[in-house]
Amino acid sequence: MNKTATAKKPVFHVQDMNLWYGNNQALKNVNLEIPKNEVTAVIGPSGCGKSTFIKTLNLMIKRIPSVKLSGELHFNGQNILRDKVDLVNLRKQIGMIFQKGNPFPQSIYDNVAYGPRIHGMKKKKQLDEAVETSLKQVALWDEVKDRLNSSALGLSGGQQQRLCIARAIATKPSVVLMDEPTSALDPVSTLRIEQLISELKNQYTIVIVTHNMQQAARISDQTAFFLHGEIIEASDTDSLFSVPSDRRTEDYISGRFG
Amino acid sequence: MNSKVADRIATGVFVTIAFIIVAILAALFSFILFRGVPQISWEFLTTPSSSVQAGGGIRDQLFNSFYILFITMLITVPLGVCGGIYMAEYAKPGKVTNFIRSCIEMLASLPSIVVGMFGLLVFVNTTGWGYTIIGGALALTIFNIPVMVRVSEDAIRSVPAEMKEASLALGITHWHTIKTVLIPSAFPGILTGSILASGRVFGEAAALLFTAGLSTPRLDYLDLNPFSETSPLNIFRPAETLAVHIWAVNTNGIMPDIREIANGSSAVLVLSVLIFNLLARWLGSVVHKKITASK
Repeated sequence: MNKTATAKKPVFHVQDMNLWYGNNQALKNVNLEIPKNEVTAVIGPSGCGKSTFIKTLNLMIKRIPSVKLSGELHFNGQNILRDKVDLVNLRKQIGMIFQKGNPFPQSIYDNVAYGPRIHGMKKKKQLDEAVETSLKQVALWDEVKDRLNSSALGLSGGQQQRLCIARAIATKPSVVLMDEPTSALDPVSTLRIEQLISELKNQYTIVIVTHNMQQAARISDQTAFFLHGEIIEASDTDSLFSVPSDRRTEDYISGRFG
Repeated sequence: MNSKVADRIATGVFVTIAFIIVAILAALFSFILFRGVPQISWEFLTTPSSSVQAGGGIRDQLFNSFYILFITMLITVPLGVCGGIYMAEYAKPGKVTNFIRSCIEMLASLPSIVVGMFGLLVFVNTTGWGYTIIGGALALTIFNIPVMVRVSEDAIRSVPAEMKEASLALGITHWHTIKTVLIPSAFPGILTGSILASGRVFGEAAALLFTAGLSTPRLDYLDLNPFSETSPLNIFRPAETLAVHIWAVNTNGIMPDIREIANGSSAVLVLSVLIFNLLARWLGSVVHKKITASK
């Protein structure tokens, strides 16, 4: 297995991680390093464990009672599987975007201000600033600045997804996890999100799960290919797509299955 | 018989059933209003009742009904919503939770007269309060809480899981997520449940007969000190509600205008429930708009 050649210290360091849903093993001996300020794409056919994997990174997976985990998962040097971590604090640092935009049924402003507000930002001026900055970062500001107080549910699907990204980055995470963020969007909206991802990676470490290989090829620096809960191959995106070292990777990216 | 014919028959059956239900409701409603509305006058609503002479009103009974409703909901809604939150968010699936759920369902199916007798034993005799508003309100709370818990639980459970995940993934604590995402989203459901529960409270007679009593002391509506004997706000005074009044007038009234009083009271009761429901729905939609910023 190739390792990405990077001098940077990895944000996540996954070592021999296994995960079971009851008696069903969904992740097998996963090893991966996720470097800082890069985009890591996770690809693979349905049911290969890629969504499970990304939900493990912020321990959202622990919400499912039957889940058992073993191995090591280091986040900034701390093994978050073994050490008792403060989930609230962990998730403040690791934002997450879901398949479908899921804004709260509140105003646009309240959606973005939600995290900062609960994390203790009280002053109106600071909140205004945080909302504006976050919305500008996702290039939504110009579209919504005149209707910040109207419902977020009135936005289009693509706008809602960008709003959710704004909401996630408003709490100032260092990592943003994206679980098939464009699978419910049209091509134009998808393109905007992809542009956004390329801009965001200067400030954030991004892990994106996608079933769209072209998308992975376009936006990621590193790609990990999952199959039946195992990482078959993980390397920098260019070499994975041009010279895959494993036969199964080649079959998958050339569209022979999946 | 082919499926098209079957479909047509099924449609016909359901439409007929729906029609019968609406017809019964309309007949009942128009009967009550037709007989009762002519009896309603400003005087009827604002004079105290008389136990012997004709011409008594329902002022105190009307006030008592709303006051007991208010006190009951003041106790029921917070307890019921908290219970619903517990059942939806904290209770772990298992024997204990199932046991709690069966208890709640059992409580919901208790006949109200039994609740009334229990109230007589506990809130009237054991406490030594005698017939009181608070005793009546507590008895009503007993049979309203299960409904409230159930409705709140369902409303909270029906909030899409993505909402909750979105909040938790932002590093928001479970309690804050409940408070700022789940409860506001569940608000319309909880409101509907509260309105249904209030309707039951408003029309309840059996549970109040032995707890809030069949009489009302002479009230002075200018006396707002809740500890004064004659204050309408005193929760330790007996209070006959409208529904109880209708029952009492019909069973042991000796005034000459029993029929008129009963008809008028029934119409007022029905109209009050209706107006109360409409007001509650309107208020609820205003609140909901405010939190969700929807138009």
